[in-house]
Amino acid sequence: MSFVEYSDFIQDGDVAIVYLSHDNMMPVKVQQGAQTQTRYGVIRHSTDLIGKRYGSKVTCSKGGWVHVLHPTPELWTVTLPHRTQILYTTDIATITMMLDLKPGSVVCESGTGSGSLSHAILRTIAPTGHLHTVEFHQKRAEAVAEEFKEHRVDHLVTVRNQDVCKDGFGVAGVADAVFLDIPSPWEAVGHAKTAMKKHGGRVCSFSPCIEQVQRTCEALADHGFEEINTLEVLLRVHDVRTVSLPLPDFGPDPSAEKQPEQPDSSEKAPAPKHTAVTVKTTTPPREIPGHTGYLTFATKPRT
Amino acid sequence: MADNGGDEEYRIKEGDYVVLKRGDIYKAVQIQTRKKVIFEKQWFFLDNAVGHLYSTKFEIVSGGTLQPQARKSTDSSSDAKEAGTDNRNILDDGKSQKLTRDDIETLKEQGLKGQEIIQQLIDNSSTFRDKTEYAQDKYIKKKKKKYENTVTILKPSCRILAMMYHGREPGKICHLRYDTLSQMLTLANIHAGSKVLVFETCAGLVLGSVMDRMGGYGSVIQMYPGGGPVRAGVESFGFPAHFHNMLHDFPICHVNALLAGTLDTTAKDLSSSDSKQSDVAAEEEQTQPEAKQQDSPEEQSMETNTGTDDGQDQEKEEKERRKEAKAQEKKVKLEEKRKKLAAAAALLEDRKADGLVIASRFHPCPVLMSLLKFLAPSRPFVVYSQFKEPLIECYTKLREQGGTVNLRLTDTWLRHYQVLPNRTHPVLLMSGGGGYLLSGTTISTDRSKPPGPQRVEEPAPKRPKLTDTVV
Repeated sequence: MSFVEYSDFIQDGDVAIVYLSHDNMMPVKVQQGAQTQTRYGVIRHSTDLIGKRYGSKVTCSKGGWVHVLHPTPELWTVTLPHRTQILYTTDIATITMMLDLKPGSVVCESGTGSGSLSHAILRTIAPTGHLHTVEFHQKRAEAVAEEFKEHRVDHLVTVRNQDVCKDGFGVAGVADAVFLDIPSPWEAVGHAKTAMKKHGGRVCSFSPCIEQVQRTCEALADHGFEEINTLEVLLRVHDVRTVSLPLPDFGPDPSAEKQPEQPDSSEKAPAPKHTAVTVKTTTPPREIPGHTGYLTFATKPRT
Repeated sequence: MADNGGDEEYRIKEGDYVVLKRGDIYKAVQIQTRKKVIFEKQWFFLDNAVGHLYSTKFEIVSGGTLQPQARKSTDSSSDAKEAGTDNRNILDDGKSQKLTRDDIETLKEQGLKGQEIIQQLIDNSSTFRDKTEYAQDKYIKKKKKKYENTVTILKPSCRILAMMYHGREPGKICHLRYDTLSQMLTLANIHAGSKVLVFETCAGLVLGSVMDRMGGYGSVIQMYPGGGPVRAGVESFGFPAHFHNMLHDFPICHVNALLAGTLDTTAKDLSSSDSKQSDVAAEEEQTQPEAKQQDSPEEQSMETNTGTDDGQDQEKEEKERRKEAKAQEKKVKLEEKRKKLAAAAALLEDRKADGLVIASRFHPCPVLMSLLKFLAPSRPFVVYSQFKEPLIECYTKLREQGGTVNLRLTDTWLRHYQVLPNRTHPVLLMSGGGGYLLSGTTISTDRSKPPGPQRVEEPAPKRPKLTDTVV
């Protein structure tokens, strides 16, 4: 297993995703001799996981079962331990495409936070790209570096523990793309420009508040960035349901009774038995996330 | 990659696939000498662009030639800042512009630059100075859009092409909006080194995007309907030649045979089921073994003959030879096609693909149900549909059948913002819909307990039903 390469079988040292239900998944560090508790009972790693195929059903001690899935950045995003607010897949997908990321891209990111976006970037730029990520919180920087090692992607990423607004990204003239998720991105726009390749590239800033966007856009324009564009993407989930709509009783139909010999009335006769109609449809969840953040994109021209 | 010195990879070359941009309008073209291009009601030649760097802005001058524009063209056209505070005294009498339509036409014919025409319009507008600063900005912006004749030449990317197709020809890509495409690539975990199945009727845009994300590593198998795969959109990406080594194709009409294990990838089977290559091809295939051996000596002897025979015979022989050559060519092509099919079939046969992406005008349900069988367990799949109802059907069927988890039916909502000092708000128009996605992950079904309520053993009663629903 690796976050950038599929494998068929679960091995000692892997990170596997235990799928209990749609909104209940958990990451498991697979270790010989270790055990994991779930609400269906215990999973014994040596017998239940190691050597099994990813995607298999595992029966737990209480007779219940779970599925064990191969890790992907998307599954990691919904199961990772939060150390900060994180970016979710909808925004990540948009960022990845709008920053033109692909295998070989060199990317700068700050802050690293819980590493939700970082894993998605690494997946996309592997095997020849590199991620330079900057996190000013020492404990978080260490934790995420440890995760990269466990997930076997540490060869693709450099974690720097410094303040991006003061010290920049620690690289110059190498990046194809820069991503900023910090409280005052406008203070890092100059550093973003420095980090980027001479021939240009793409930049993105994620901010929850419009005032932050306003200042960032001004800073981007001042630094000569072009094609400045702010957008917002929201996910709508549709729950598939079968609903039953009852039919009201209109009482006996006198027109039908008057002409009992009519052929069409005899056809209609069994109709009143239907007191409800079932429809396959979708319903929106009662509450949905209405705002994550504004995404501001820009192009750095050749300098 | 190396930034120092070598600009070559960033220069526009003849034969390159590029994207023209003006404002928010894009158009994909190939750089060809002396080829007239029409873009936004203007025609020009791309000859002059060769050798320049990508992202250069060109001005279209008379005769349709392109002239590179200095990067920093100072946009502040009216430096004499004079503006009103409100519009209480501005009347719409239709006489504020002193230049007539004919005047403007003559200015244009004189070959005046867009910038100069705009300045003339401003100078001759009696109300311009009374307008608020914001209204002046807006006026200039509007005129710029109309009179500025510049075009930027960009290197194609998934982002640009997806935006271009959605803006120009949404019908060709089943109204797949670019943010929806980005969700598909992410939800399907498209990355270098995997083996991905793609079924699309989106002009090759989805296929190209998948290839772009894989960077030439791994393999993509395009399942195509009808006579052949459609790849116009793939061309526009301008992939390097080695990217095409990872691209395979397989006709969807052979899927049932492949699944049943009855697909014969020998030549005869292929030609008989192929609608284009008719009986002639089939006949030729049958006689192939002998022909192959005889061909070369025969041709040689013919060549020696031609010199001695008279004109009529020569012509006849020439004809014959051409016919022969054509037949030979056809044979070679057919053989190639057979080999390709066999190669694609081999890739599919182990049923261990890493991802599945479907985006077509066909009903997604049967497509999904049969192609899903080629996926390895614990792999993601994504199905796009312009409409929600067919995906509801897919969802229901998958739940009945089992073999998948994490099913989600979603769509995304995209909103652009105008961000300007004191004038920030959502853009007035937004896209009404970018289609729907059904995504999920496969799980293994083989010989283990049936999915569904906690029935620990007895896979028997559920299996037969399963095959029924598939067909």
